[in-house]
Amino acid sequence: MTTVKPPIAMLAELTHRCPLSCPYCSNPVEMARQDQELSTEHWVRVFQEAASLGVLQLHLSGGEPASRRDLVPLVRGARDAGLYTNLITSGIGLNERRLAELDEAGLDHVQLSLQGTNPEMADEIGGYNGGFKRKMQIAELIGQIGFPLTLNAVLHRRNLHQLPRAIEMAQEMGARRIEVATVQFHGWALKNLDALMPTRDQAREATRIVAEARAALKGKLVIDYVPADYHDDYPKRCMGGWGTTGLNVAPDGQVLPCHAAQSIPHLTFDNVKSRSLSDIWHNGSAFNAYRGTDWMQEPCRSCERKEIDFGGCRCQAMAVVGDAAATDPVCIKSPHHGALQSKADEHATRDDAPLVYRQAPGKTADEPVG
Amino acid sequence: MMQARDIPLLPRGVRLHYDKVRSTWVLLAPERAVTLDEVGHAILNEVDGTRSFGEIAATLAAKYNAPAEEIAKDSAGFLGALRDRRFLDVTP
Repeated sequence: MTTVKPPIAMLAELTHRCPLSCPYCSNPVEMARQDQELSTEHWVRVFQEAASLGVLQLHLSGGEPASRRDLVPLVRGARDAGLYTNLITSGIGLNERRLAELDEAGLDHVQLSLQGTNPEMADEIGGYNGGFKRKMQIAELIGQIGFPLTLNAVLHRRNLHQLPRAIEMAQEMGARRIEVATVQFHGWALKNLDALMPTRDQAREATRIVAEARAALKGKLVIDYVPADYHDDYPKRCMGGWGTTGLNVAPDGQVLPCHAAQSIPHLTFDNVKSRSLSDIWHNGSAFNAYRGTDWMQEPCRSCERKEIDFGGCRCQAMAVVGDAAATDPVCIKSPHHGALQSKADEHATRDDAPLVYRQAPGKTADEPVG
Repeated sequence: MMQARDIPLLPRGVRLHYDKVRSTWVLLAPERAVTLDEVGHAILNEVDGTRSFGEIAATLAAKYNAPAEEIAKDSAGFLGALRDRRFLDVTP
């Protein structure tokens, strides 16, 4: 194994609590309870450890990070640690006063999620009445303060037709970037394969729209695109390579190589409460499990793309093939590729499938049961 | 293409940062970090939101004792790429 380079980015999932209940939520199906969440002081210590380790970019996420009452001191602590601080939010839980406090605390950037381009779609997908209207108010306030803004449009079969409007909205809001993110099937989204799987035609159309918009809006709006990978021929370079670029700290302090890593049952995760972030990054068993290329099987092992995509997504290999060390079945070289594509086409025909919403994390343990 | 009278400016949310762990300057931007070589750092160090691109190129040419035209060409390419990524604003 070559020397381990320091990570560039850390995703801090401050809480699994969220007012929305999007059916594609990337949180694990088993969520951390509020009474398990790290304290303010503990998070700030983790931010300092992250900066010393080499992290430059901190993404404050959740759940909804604004559900943490100490969001402002957390941002201040992150900036004091020297981190570039990005808030990933639905906007719900923010208001004018809180945004002003975040500004004063040094928040660098806001990423605002978009569940749909009109209230009917957005509120149905988010499972939260009035959410869209509130989000538009928050977008306006973000613009007034002047925070750099990225709009994150999450797309799937039900709302992919709204992509052109989402790109217009990003420009109207003054966003510099839009992330066009087709749902990735992990966590809660795996319960919604039937309800959310894009059709092959939709996936192709989205790729075309993005290419045209990128050309037309060059220098005005940057478009990052996550395609519908079940319909692709090569897998995504997940996390930029396992244990190479980023790490994820869960609300309870568990340190994960990616946000879905808990879906790989044989991995064990260290906790910032008992081990330093640097030690976990360099020596933690979960980080070393799929680092580099030594763990690979065929067809990855002899593949010329093995250091391009690192075999794709470990969690997807686990979910679809039942082996986290297998080639991501999205890959055309995987023996499961054909079956995955047929399965995707079949899921995409189930127009009567209901949305399975994400549920709230369990309440405190000492609450009376029954 | 950058014109001599254009005034480049790092917009809010884009800033220079010395990365102590990797011993290098980086440009931090929304959800991105760009590693800067000495030349890139020297150029961005002159970007202050008040001086024009022409003035910056002349300053760099004098400082590094290099032909002004060459400096202008290289810096224009570098700054133009940052502008395309929305890491740099330019007011004509």
